[in-house]
Amino acid sequence: MARNLTFSIFRYNPQDPISVPHTDTFVLDETNHMTLFIALNRIREEQDPGLQFDFCCRAGICGACAMVVNGRPGLACHTKTKDLPDAITLMPLPFFTLVGDLSVDTGTWFRNMAQRVRSWVHTDKDFDPKALEERMDNAVAEEIYELERCIECGCCVAACGTAIMRPDFLGAAGLNRLARFVLDPRDKRTEQDYFDIVGNDQGIFGCMGLLACEDVCPKHLPLQDQLGMLRWKMGWAGIMNLLPWKRK
Amino acid sequence: MQTFQTDLLCIGAGLAGERVAIEAAAAGFDVTCLSLVPARRSHSSAAQGGMQAALGNCAMGEGDSPDVHFEDTVKGSDWGCDQEVARLFCDNAPIAMRQLAAWGVPWNRVVPGKSTYFKGGKLFEKEEKQEKEGLITARAFGGTAKWRTCYTSDGTGHTVLYTMDNRAVQLGVAVHDKIEALSLIHDGENCLGAVVRCLKTGELRVYLARVTLIATGGFGRIYRESTNAVINDGGGLIIALDTGVVPLGNMEAVQFHPTGIVPTDILVTEGCRGDGGTLLDKNEHRFMPDYEPDKAELASRDVVSRWMTHHMRQGLGVPSPYGDHLWLDIRHLGCHHLATKLREVDEICKNFLGIDPAVNLIPVRPTQHYSMGGVRTDKDGLAYGLKGLFSAGEAACWDMHGFNRLGGNSLAETVVAGMIVGAKVVEYLRNHQVSYPTGLIRDFAAQQQDRTKRLISKADGKENVFTVRNAMYDALMHGAGIFRNAKDLEACVQTLQEVHERANKIGLRSNGRGANPELALALRLPGMVRLALCVAQGALQRTESRGSHAREDYPERNDRDWLVRTLATWQPGAPLPTLNYEPVSQVWSIPPGERGYGGGKIIPAETKE
Repeated sequence: MARNLTFSIFRYNPQDPISVPHTDTFVLDETNHMTLFIALNRIREEQDPGLQFDFCCRAGICGACAMVVNGRPGLACHTKTKDLPDAITLMPLPFFTLVGDLSVDTGTWFRNMAQRVRSWVHTDKDFDPKALEERMDNAVAEEIYELERCIECGCCVAACGTAIMRPDFLGAAGLNRLARFVLDPRDKRTEQDYFDIVGNDQGIFGCMGLLACEDVCPKHLPLQDQLGMLRWKMGWAGIMNLLPWKRK
Repeated sequence: MQTFQTDLLCIGAGLAGERVAIEAAAAGFDVTCLSLVPARRSHSSAAQGGMQAALGNCAMGEGDSPDVHFEDTVKGSDWGCDQEVARLFCDNAPIAMRQLAAWGVPWNRVVPGKSTYFKGGKLFEKEEKQEKEGLITARAFGGTAKWRTCYTSDGTGHTVLYTMDNRAVQLGVAVHDKIEALSLIHDGENCLGAVVRCLKTGELRVYLARVTLIATGGFGRIYRESTNAVINDGGGLIIALDTGVVPLGNMEAVQFHPTGIVPTDILVTEGCRGDGGTLLDKNEHRFMPDYEPDKAELASRDVVSRWMTHHMRQGLGVPSPYGDHLWLDIRHLGCHHLATKLREVDEICKNFLGIDPAVNLIPVRPTQHYSMGGVRTDKDGLAYGLKGLFSAGEAACWDMHGFNRLGGNSLAETVVAGMIVGAKVVEYLRNHQVSYPTGLIRDFAAQQQDRTKRLISKADGKENVFTVRNAMYDALMHGAGIFRNAKDLEACVQTLQEVHERANKIGLRSNGRGANPELALALRLPGMVRLALCVAQGALQRTESRGSHAREDYPERNDRDWLVRTLATWQPGAPLPTLNYEPVSQVWSIPPGERGYGGGKIIPAETKE
């Protein structure tokens, strides 16, 4: 028997002076293989053309459609309605600036993060178009890829206890990004260089270890391991800083 | 109205846009990229397979060279490509891949020693050489003579895009995201920038630039069923076409993939069929051997797509709330095979359909996949018709793909073209100055302001934007899909003209305030219908079958009359595009020959009198 699904959706348009935050209810008949991507598009086309939400690749690759589904941050594109009760509550991701309804601005935050962790390979080598590529061990390449799989959906920071209290916290996504460069032999930064970026409460020492980030990560990244590794390394670098003769 | 000024304005911040941006920023120019979404969400990120470049590092790639790559590319294009451009591309691809390695892409590398691989469901052994250890390796792709496709696991597009964006951040390239371009600003000779709408606030803005680049990707979303991201609605092509002077090349060349899943049109790999998967109809009858007794499901992409469509038109599709589809059966391959060799398919079925492919049939249908057509440029990436306007990537018809694109050549094109076009943009910036006439800019901005107001106040009519869009979908899929013939195309063109009139009479049902999505679609839809008309009209006039363009009533490839590229322009207020033609290539390294698959007769060029 097809179910009737009731969607309770957060509504607010900050650009509209008469808009106030509230919840709207929409009812849909469930169809086979229905995902929240299909449901939300049907609601927009059949019931409320002004409803704001974001999808891009709709295939779990780009991270655009993160939202809070029945209390839990996740990707709407691969959330199937058949795995949910017939009452579904959708809220925008917290932490990020609200654009309207279920749409938030993740782009500004993540670009700022990339600038803060100086998210590029630091090297003094110039690229020589006539030379062979520098060799790399395949196992190392695959390890880097494992950390680079982050899609910047924002679920981890939205679920983070520290981020709620500290808006300038780098979050698991930022710390994971730095860990990716720590691992990369092409990046010539020293441990002290990394410490200068994340050796503080906005970085690795702000993490309370609640680990909701890893629980909600839709790509199942090993965030817990990375946070542990960074904290250990940065802890040592911090101790070295306390010893005056070890300081650079 | 906010006005920004920059040297280079890149409309689109995917791989092609950012690669050009990086070249200009590295040369010291001020660069701003506009993007519908944060740069890292661009559709470039979705490419899993890899990038073709003749490095020849891996055992199965031994003896490869840009010459072999060139031959594959020209054959793949069904001799519809610009051979000078294909040559430029193949020669530069290895440099571009090595540069990406230097910038941080974690390419998979050669691991010496023996290993096994599958081909056509059979097991083979190969041995990688010790002296190649650690160099960039490659995998096999359809239509290539050698293993040539560089990759990072199943996330090539993702890692390359992230590396590219890192480089852009490093060089201080500004990316303004959640921005949509509504029109180019031009005086009929020079392109001067764009009028845009901010998708955070709904406000209009003006960007003035000495060079404007269109790199907005494909326009697959004019079709209902497309593997493209939902942002791939042809925005960049629309603003180029609307100038009335910039032509779009080969819009009728549209590639379809046989197995998009229903309802969300995510691809499941050709590997399913390669490993022994079969296609079934509503009676669970395996129909491909009826049409292709020898190759059955293993016939080429376009051939399988055509038979699937034909079969559904016979009323043998499976009805569903999302339209008819067919079944892909991989149940017999067994849990172990699915969990190891087809892991990605297993995950897609479970994550997006909630079914287990070891037990359940997979609903599939042929799905629009790639647009070979786009803003026609010369080999430098400079658009025809306007000075200071460039284009690169899938949005461009640079034209190395001709009428069918090889897998692994599209992702590589974004970066290689970006590198080559970027250098030309820098040259252009060094040698050209412009002046910005304020009256002209005000007129272009006022025009968009007026459109917005009329939509909100329903001044032109009360047509529902979604109903009109669905009418475009229906017309296009029926007439200008995989199979084409004069009767259906004529009907399609006629219907689309009616749809176009309706698209100009849309009235919003919502209030249109702020980042309103209904307004965004209403502003875009008339242009999308014009693109659809370029596809349909181009397909109707092209009375031959070449590459992905298959005419039932003209099954032969006609080199005598059609070794030409279609150029479509749109005069303001006209009901149809104006079609002109140019030779596909000025330089011929390889004369037209057999494509190697798909059969079909060829009418040779020599028969021309």
